[in-house]
Amino acid sequence: MAKLHVQTTINGEPTEFLCEPAETLLEVLRNRLNLTGTKEGCATGDCGACSVLLNQRLVPSCLVLAAEVDDKDLLTVEGVATGATLHPVQQKFLEHAALQCGVCTPGFVVAAKALLDRNPNPTEHEVRYWLAGNLCRCTGYDKIVRAVLDAAESMRSVPA
Amino acid sequence: MSERSFTYVGTRPIRHDGLDKVTGRANFGADFALPGMLYGHIVRSPHAHARILAIDTSAAEAMPGVKAVLTGREIPKTDAKIMMAEGGFDLGDMGDNLLAHDKALYQGHAVAAVAATSPEIARAAAERVVVTYERLAPVMNVDQAMAADAPILHEDLVTKGKPLPDAPKRTNVAMRMELRRGDIDKGFAESDLIVEHTFTTPMVHQGYIEPHACVARVGEDGQIVVWASTQGQFIVRDACAGILGVDAAKIKVIPSEIGGGFGGKIPVYLEPIAIVLARKAQRPVKLVMSRDDVFKASGPTSGTRVRMKIGVKQDGTIVAASASLYYEAGAYRGSPAGAGAMCCLASYKVPNFFIEAYDIVVNRPKVAAYRAPGSPSSTFATESVLDEIAHRLGLDPIELRLKNAASEGDQAPYGPKYGPIGLAQVLESAKNHPHWKAPLGPNQGRGIACGFWFNAGFNSSAVVSLSGDGSATVVTGNPDIGGTRVAQALMVSEELGIPVERVRPTVADTDSIGYNDLTGGSRVCYATGMAVIKAADDVRDQLRARAATIWNVKPEQVRWDAGRAVLVEGAGDQPPLTLNELAAKMAHTGGPIVGRAAVNPPMAGPGFAVNICDLEVDKETGVSRVTRFTAIQDVGKAIHPSFVEGQMQGGAAQGIGWALNEEYIYDEEGLMQNAGFLDYRMPVASDLPMIDTVIVEVPNPLHPYGVRGVGEVPIVPPLAAVANAMRDATGIRFTDLPLSPPRVLEALGHD
Repeated sequence: MAKLHVQTTINGEPTEFLCEPAETLLEVLRNRLNLTGTKEGCATGDCGACSVLLNQRLVPSCLVLAAEVDDKDLLTVEGVATGATLHPVQQKFLEHAALQCGVCTPGFVVAAKALLDRNPNPTEHEVRYWLAGNLCRCTGYDKIVRAVLDAAESMRSVPA
Repeated sequence: MSERSFTYVGTRPIRHDGLDKVTGRANFGADFALPGMLYGHIVRSPHAHARILAIDTSAAEAMPGVKAVLTGREIPKTDAKIMMAEGGFDLGDMGDNLLAHDKALYQGHAVAAVAATSPEIARAAAERVVVTYERLAPVMNVDQAMAADAPILHEDLVTKGKPLPDAPKRTNVAMRMELRRGDIDKGFAESDLIVEHTFTTPMVHQGYIEPHACVARVGEDGQIVVWASTQGQFIVRDACAGILGVDAAKIKVIPSEIGGGFGGKIPVYLEPIAIVLARKAQRPVKLVMSRDDVFKASGPTSGTRVRMKIGVKQDGTIVAASASLYYEAGAYRGSPAGAGAMCCLASYKVPNFFIEAYDIVVNRPKVAAYRAPGSPSSTFATESVLDEIAHRLGLDPIELRLKNAASEGDQAPYGPKYGPIGLAQVLESAKNHPHWKAPLGPNQGRGIACGFWFNAGFNSSAVVSLSGDGSATVVTGNPDIGGTRVAQALMVSEELGIPVERVRPTVADTDSIGYNDLTGGSRVCYATGMAVIKAADDVRDQLRARAATIWNVKPEQVRWDAGRAVLVEGAGDQPPLTLNELAAKMAHTGGPIVGRAAVNPPMAGPGFAVNICDLEVDKETGVSRVTRFTAIQDVGKAIHPSFVEGQMQGGAAQGIGWALNEEYIYDEEGLMQNAGFLDYRMPVASDLPMIDTVIVEVPNPLHPYGVRGVGEVPIVPPLAAVANAMRDATGIRFTDLPLSPPRVLEALGHD
C-alpha cells in the first residue's frame, strides 16, 4: 500500500512526513521524526509514557494513527520548554527530585502541563486522578504530586 | 565513629542529568539508532513446556528485507560462569534462556530470531519461522513441581546443597539449604504460645517502565559495540563474551540511560542475539522487547510458599522459630530462596531456629533479582506471625519487636555478628511518630512491620580528574537509576571543597573506566561512593603535593582545608593556595591531576526499616486502599536526602502493589492471562496517599561517611504492614497475597 502524506504542526513547526497507514503516531514520532522524548512503555495505552497533546488534548500517542494528525496541532515533550526557559512543571520536577530513572518523566511533564492548562489550581486529589493514566514505578508518586502542586502555585503567582 | 560535619553531603542539589530527562533529550535503550540499522524480532514459544523437534527458517530467510535468521544451534551451550560475591551467573543457563536449545521451558521462551530492514518485515518474518513442538505437561507451582509424578524440566538437574536423604534423583528441586541454631524442640517446649501459618506470595514483576532494548554493531574485524539499557555494562560485556566465546576485550558496552531495573536488568536477554544477528547480516541490529515480552520473558521474582512457626514466652520473648521456604525459580535454578532464609529472622534475637529453603524449577520465566530478592516474601511470613502473636498476647506490636530486636554484637542468622545497626532506632522512631498514635476512621486498620536487607559491597572503580579551571569530572561505571550521579558529585565536592555544580559526573562505557559490578545490591552509593571518595582524596593529595612543590616544603606540611592548600602550624606563613590557583598551575607543577581508586569492600552495613500502614477496607466491594503510610529507615548517612526519600517511597509503592493487586495469573496450560499493565495492576497516583518518610542515620563504620545501602530495604516491610493493617481492620489474618477484592470479599463471607 502506498504511504500516506501527512501535514501537521509539531511543537509550533510545520511538519510533513510519509507513513504507513497502520503506523502509530508514537512510531512516527520516534522512528521517522527522531522525536525520541516520547517513550514507549506498553504500546497499549496503559502507561502514559507516550503522552502528547493533540489539539491541546492529552492522548497516548501509541493509540493514535499517525495519519490522524493531518492538519492538527501536536505538542510533544520536546516542545514544552520555551527556548531556554523550562516550563514550571519541568523546573519543579527538578527541584522536587520528582524523577528517578526518568523514563516516565516526559509523559508526566506533558500530562501535568495539560492539567495546569485547564485547571490552574488543582487539589491533590485532582492531580492524582488526572495523572492516574501515567505509570511511574520509581517514585511512589509522592514527589511528582508535590512538584505539580508547586508548579501550579508558582504559575498562579506569576501573571501570564 | 566521630561525628563528621559536612558541607555538601546532605544537601539537595538538582541532579546533573535531570534537565535532559525533563526535556526528553535523555537517551534510553530504545532511543538509539545507527545508519543502516536492522530491526530484530524474537520468535517465542507459545507453549509453557515443549520439546523443540524442528525449526524451519527457510520461508523467513526467503522474504525480501530479511538479512539474518538465528536459532539456538548457532549459540552453542557453554559451561562458563561469571563469578560474583552473590554466587555468580551460570552462563549455560543464561544462554539457554536466551535462545532455547532442546526445550521451550515457559511461554515466551525465545526459540529463534530474525533481523530485517524494518520492524514490520522482521515481525512478519518471525511469523514464518516454523517451529515443530512436542507439547509436554507444564509444572506451574512448587506443589506441582514437587509431586511424586511431576514432569521434570531438566533431566540432568541435581539438587545442590542439602537434599533430604530420601529425595528422588529425578527432581525439580534445584537446591535445598538449611540454617540452624540451638535446639528448636526444646525451644518450642519452653514456649507459652506457638503460632504457625503457611503463607503464599505470587510471582510479581519489577514493572520498570522501559522495556529491554539494545543495539549491536560488529565490525569486519570482529570488534563488537553494544548500546544497551542495563544495570551493569560490565555484566553485559562479560556475559556476551562468555556465552559467545569471545574475548571480553573485543566487546565494548555503552550503557544508555536506564528506565528502571530493580534487579530485572541484570541478566542479558537480547544483547548476544543482537550481536550474532549483526555479525551474520554485517549490519547493526536493534532489538526491543514489547511489554508482552517483558512480562512473559524477562525475569520477575518468585512466587513462594512459606511455613512459619514462632514460639514465644508470655512476655513476648521469642524462644524458637522454624520455617520452610519454597521458592519458584522459574525455568532454571536460582531463586532467591537462600536469601529469603537468611533474611526471615535477621531482625530478631532467636536462640533456637531451624530454616529450610527450597529452590524449585517450574515452567515460568527464570526469575531475576527484584529489590532485596527473597526477603519480602519470607519477611511477610515472619512479620505476620509476630503480629498475630502480639494480638493473642495483647502486646503492643512495636514493643514486641523492640523486646526481640537484634542489636550490635548479636549474631545474624546467616553468620556474622552485627556491627552498629539501626533496628531499635527505627522502631523507637515509629513508636514516637504521630502516625502511630493518630486515630483511625471507620473500616480502617493499622499495621506495622520490620524489614532487613544485607546490602552489598563488591567491586567498584572511579576516576576523578581536575580541569585547569578548577572544575572536576568524576567517572564511574554504574548506570544511574535513581540519582547516584549527583550523589557521587556531592562526594567529590565534599572532599575537594568545590560546589557540586562544578563537578561533572559521568557513567562510562566498559572501555573508559575500570571494572564495576552492577548497579544493584544497594551498593552504588556505598561501594562506588567509597571509590569516588578515595579517587577525590587522591586528587587532593596530589594538590597538596603541588602546593608543597610551590612552597618548597614537604607534602605532609600541607593540609587541605575547604578547597585550599594551607601550611600546617609552624611550617611557614604562606597565604593559602586555592584549588583554582593550583589547578591553573598544573601544567607547570607536574602535569595533569588524575585521581583513581578501585575498591572491593567485602561487607556492607545491614539496613533495617519499619513501615506503618493504615488501610481502609470497603466491606461491600472488598476494595482496600492505603490511606496513610510512613516509611522509616536507617540509611547510615543520606548523601542526597531527596533521592533517599525517593527510594523509600518507591519501594513502599512497589510493596503496596505486591500486597494488594499484583500477581502473575496463569491458566492450566501455563499461559499468562494478564501480560499487560491493564490487567497486571501496578499502583497509579490515585491509588496511593503521600508516603511519609523518616530518615534515621546510624553511621555505618565501614564507609567514610557512614553510608548504608538504601534502595532495597524499602520493599521488605510493606507486604506484612499492609496485611497486618488488614487484620486490624477486619479481624482476619490473610496469609495469601495479593489482598485483591475477590479474596477479601470471600474471606468476609460474601460470595
